[in-house]
Order: sequence, then structure tokens, then C-alpha cells
Amino acid sequence: MSSTNTGPQSISPATPAQNDVAMIAFPQTGRRRGRKPKTWINHLALWLVCAAAIAPFLFLLTTSFKTLENAMLYPPQWIPSPFRWQNYTDVIASGKTDFLLWTRNTLIIAVLGVGGTVFSSALVAYGFAKVKFKGRTFLFAVMLATMMVPFPVTMVSLFTIFRWMGENTGIQWLGTFKPLWVPAWFGSAFNIFLLRQFFLTIPDDLSEAAKIDGCSEFGIFWRIILPLARPALTVVALFAFMGIWNDFLGPLVYLQRPEQFTLALGLQNFQSQHGGTPWHLLMAASVLVILPVIFLFFLAQKTFIEGIATTGMKG
Amino acid sequence: MTQDRAEFRNTIRGLAFISPWIIGFCVFTAVPVGLSLYFSFCDFANVSPAKPPVWIGLANYREMLGDKILWQCIGNTAYYAALTLPLGLIVALGVAMLLNAKIRGLSIYRTIVFLPSLVPAVAAAMLWLWLFNSKLGLINLALRGLGWSDPPSWLNDPNWSMPALVLMSLWGVGNTVIIYLAGLQDVPRELYEAADIDGATPIRKMWHVTLPSISPVIFFNLIMGIIGTLQAFTQARLIMPSDGAGPARSTYLYAIYLYDNAFKGMRMGYASAMAWLLLLAILALTALATWTSKKWVHYGGK
Repeated sequence: MSSTNTGPQSISPATPAQNDVAMIAFPQTGRRRGRKPKTWINHLALWLVCAAAIAPFLFLLTTSFKTLENAMLYPPQWIPSPFRWQNYTDVIASGKTDFLLWTRNTLIIAVLGVGGTVFSSALVAYGFAKVKFKGRTFLFAVMLATMMVPFPVTMVSLFTIFRWMGENTGIQWLGTFKPLWVPAWFGSAFNIFLLRQFFLTIPDDLSEAAKIDGCSEFGIFWRIILPLARPALTVVALFAFMGIWNDFLGPLVYLQRPEQFTLALGLQNFQSQHGGTPWHLLMAASVLVILPVIFLFFLAQKTFIEGIATTGMKG
Repeated sequence: MTQDRAEFRNTIRGLAFISPWIIGFCVFTAVPVGLSLYFSFCDFANVSPAKPPVWIGLANYREMLGDKILWQCIGNTAYYAALTLPLGLIVALGVAMLLNAKIRGLSIYRTIVFLPSLVPAVAAAMLWLWLFNSKLGLINLALRGLGWSDPPSWLNDPNWSMPALVLMSLWGVGNTVIIYLAGLQDVPRELYEAADIDGATPIRKMWHVTLPSISPVIFFNLIMGIIGTLQAFTQARLIMPSDGAGPARSTYLYAIYLYDNAFKGMRMGYASAMAWLLLLAILALTALATWTSKKWVHYGGK
């Protein structure tokens, strides 16, 4: 989010701006002579770390372009020959997998879930940040505490409730996408917390002025606060999207028929049915699952990195 | 009078704004947690059409005490946490410190370090299944290159399966690195300058300036790490044989056993008792961490 350090929990006595002034006034500080060998070691260490981070990606990519026979060669070829683009069309369109169907299912859940998370979390965060009311501190503490209740704790009961609903009220949730996106419309603790911290940094002057002009509280939220909070909302949307794109346990518990599988579930199912042997196809499919996330990341890199940094800072 | 009415209207307004969370909290958290407490005292089979739960008192909890597999899972989960939490801290903080230096190409390094943590769990699992392949995988290729002629068959060796899981989780440590990096960049430079004037060695600066200054960030990551490792499920379930249990049940984690009881063994009552134990363990460990934090977490540039 905003990189300026104006948050209520800003703890360092010197703001970054002051540090910059110090850097201009005393350019010697922090850059001493004789630093060179250390920088060199630093670069070397970072090279090693980056190699460890990147090598698996390269192995993934090359395998995804190999024939299965070439994928099984030892030692492995780093440049696939023949170069097989066809693995990708095999995954998507050959009928070996239902990749497009899984993608469609995941996207349906993602659109409904991300929309719900952003809207409801913003609404609730506004209530906690900008409306003063009795019991607010207490309810906020309760909300934070719910972060300690992970899904494995509630999944048995939720599954039971949804099954009971299906059997007794005719409202079918099990075997549908609903358990995976409807809860998103009721706010998620972590995102509410994140947005509240951001809303607190927005000064009240604007909303006071709007209130005098007769703007309703919801109008202030909708027309003034939300537009100002766009970077923070982007972060929440990205987190929510990744959460749904990544989720494996949720679909595993709630979805039953193969035609409802998400990418995560479908891919796992494909792998386990084939005993994990068609490595070239599995790697091509994995690349396809990773690509949208990487694409989103590069689209909003700055927002993304700052958002993640903020999650820790304001804790 | 008008004061009271204004306050009342604000309360209504505030509750209206947070009402989605209140409803969601009741329906998706409070009721399920309460229900699972009740189920934990019941014999309750997961069959359709549902049969009503039958009260059996403490029998589930008594059975847990003597359940050897459960204790093995608790041991595995503790082992996993004991490896992942400190290693994750050291690796993430170390890399963040490397990145915190004034060097060229910082943003490229940072992006590369961060990328693995973006990889969706299932894709990461497919990839690591392949990397850990004992004959053809990249890991053993590298180890043979380093002169280890007979490297372990990671996922099929009970002694190496857990380290494999930890290695895989360390690969995704990038977003913790970013959090630490932000913390390091917030350490007031004056503190280092003062330490320089006092002639402090790099190690003393690290111990007396850096670590205390970022202790709130370490604390935050510790809490998140505790909650995350105790409920770890997906990675192990996806890459380990026998649906995650691993060779000789060496990676059978608590959450996987809970899932198996509920949805494979069809024992919802027993799984509910396990769910409650998990919740209590998370609460207890978080409370413990918070309690010790008074000794080592420094807020407000003290």
C-alpha cells in the first residue's frame, strides 16, 4: 500500500523522507570506503539464492517442452529437442484433461469470491475504522481472534451443516460452488484488518465536509473512501484471487463430481490417476496454472510487494 | 438527550457496516465451532442420508489418548513445525539482510526471490514431485554432481520425507522475505550510526540493533507460522505417497489425519474432537508466544 509511513503504528522516529534528507546532507553515511569486497560477497550470495529459486522453474519449463521419452533421459537435456509445443495443446484441447472446464470452474469461483471479499471486507473495515460505536474495540478483537480458527477446525461442522441443509430444506450446497464463494461475501478477517489499517490513514476532513453537504455514511464510504483506497483494494483482490486459485482443501471437501473440479483438484486428480508418470503433460499443465498468477504479479508488482510488506509491518 | 440519540444512531450505523462480518462470524465460525464441540462428544458417522449424532460422552477423547496413529501425527506435526519455523526464520531473515544492502539490481533479485511463493500449491506440488524424483529429479542430479553417489529417494524414504517437505516449504519463503525486508528498511539509521560511534562490531549491531528493532515483525511471522504449520495439509497431501501419509506414515500430519477420519473413515465425531484439540493447541501456542514476547519484542524504538 502507500509506502509513506503515516500509519498509526508508525514506530520509527525517522521517516523515510528524513532519511533521504540525511543521505543528501551527509552522503558519506552508509557508504564507507573499503565496502567493495563485502558487496562482492553479497552479490555472490544473492546469485546462489536466486539460482536456487529459479532452477526449479527452468526444470519445469524444459520438461514441459519435452517428449515423455526425452523427459525420462538421464542426465536430463536442458534444451529440449525435439521442442514439443504440442504438450500444451495436449493439455488444453486433446481431451486428455478437462483443463478448460477446470479453468472455467475456478474462474467462476474466483470472480464471485474476489468480488465478495473486496466489497464486504471494505464495508466492514469502514465500520471498524470510521464509525465510532460502543463495543467496536471488543468486536474488532473478536474478529482478529477468528484468524486463529483455521478451516480444518470448522470443515467437519460446515460439511455437516451443508449436508443437513440439502437433505432437509432442499437448499443444495454440497457439490456446488456455493460453499467456496458465498462465505467470501461476509468479510474475511485478515483482509478486513488490512483495509482498516489503510482507512485509518485517510484523514477525516473530506468525509466531514461531505457529511455537512448531506452525504450519507454509505455515500461517504462509496464515493470518497473507496476511490482513495484503490491500491489497498487491489492488494486484497490479489490476495483473494490467489487464495481461491490455490485452494485445494476447500474444493476437496465440498466438490464431488469431476465436472465441477477446480484446476487444483483436477490437476491432482489427473496426476493420481496416471500414477504420476506423464511428466511432460503435468509440467505443461503446471506452467499453465502458474502463468496467470505470474502475469497478475507483473501487472501490479509494486502494489503487490508493498501489500505483502504491509501485512507484516502493521501487525 | 441529543447526545444519546447521536450515539445510538452511530451504533446502528456501525453495526450496519460490520453486519456482514457479524453474520458471517456466527454462521461460518461460531456455530461450526460450537457444533463441533457437541459432535466431539458423539458417535457420528459421515453417511448420507445423515444419522443423528449419538451422545457418548468423553469416549472420543479417551480413544485419542490411546490412538497410536494420532500420536504419531502429533509428533510429525511437531517435527515439521520445529524444522520449518526456525529454518524459515533464518533463511528468510538472511536473504532479507542480503537484499537490504545497497546493491545494484536489487529489484530484480527481490522479484526472483519472491517468485516461488507465487506458485499455486498444486503446481508447486507437481513440480516438486518431479524435482524429488530419485532417478531423474533435479535435486538428486545436483547431489550426484556434488559427489553424493547414492542420494536419498526423498519421498519414499521415511528418514528423508520430512526434510523434503521442509525443503519444499523453504522454496516458498519469498513473501516472508519481503515482510522482513520491509522491517529492516524501517530500522532507524541513527541507531546504526550511534552503534558505529560506539565502535560496535557487525555481530553486536545485529544482536543489539537489528534484531530488537524488527522483533515485532519476527513475532508476527512466528504467530502466522504457528497457525500455518499446525494446519499444514496441502503440500504433504499432494506430494507424499498414500494420500499424504508418506512412507511409514512419516509425513502423516495432524490435519491430514483429521481429514481422513472425517471423510475417509467417516468418523465425524472423532474428527470433531481432533478439530477441538487443534483449536486448543493453536490458542495455547499463540498465548505462549504472546506471553514470552513481553521479554523479547520491543515496540516503539525503545
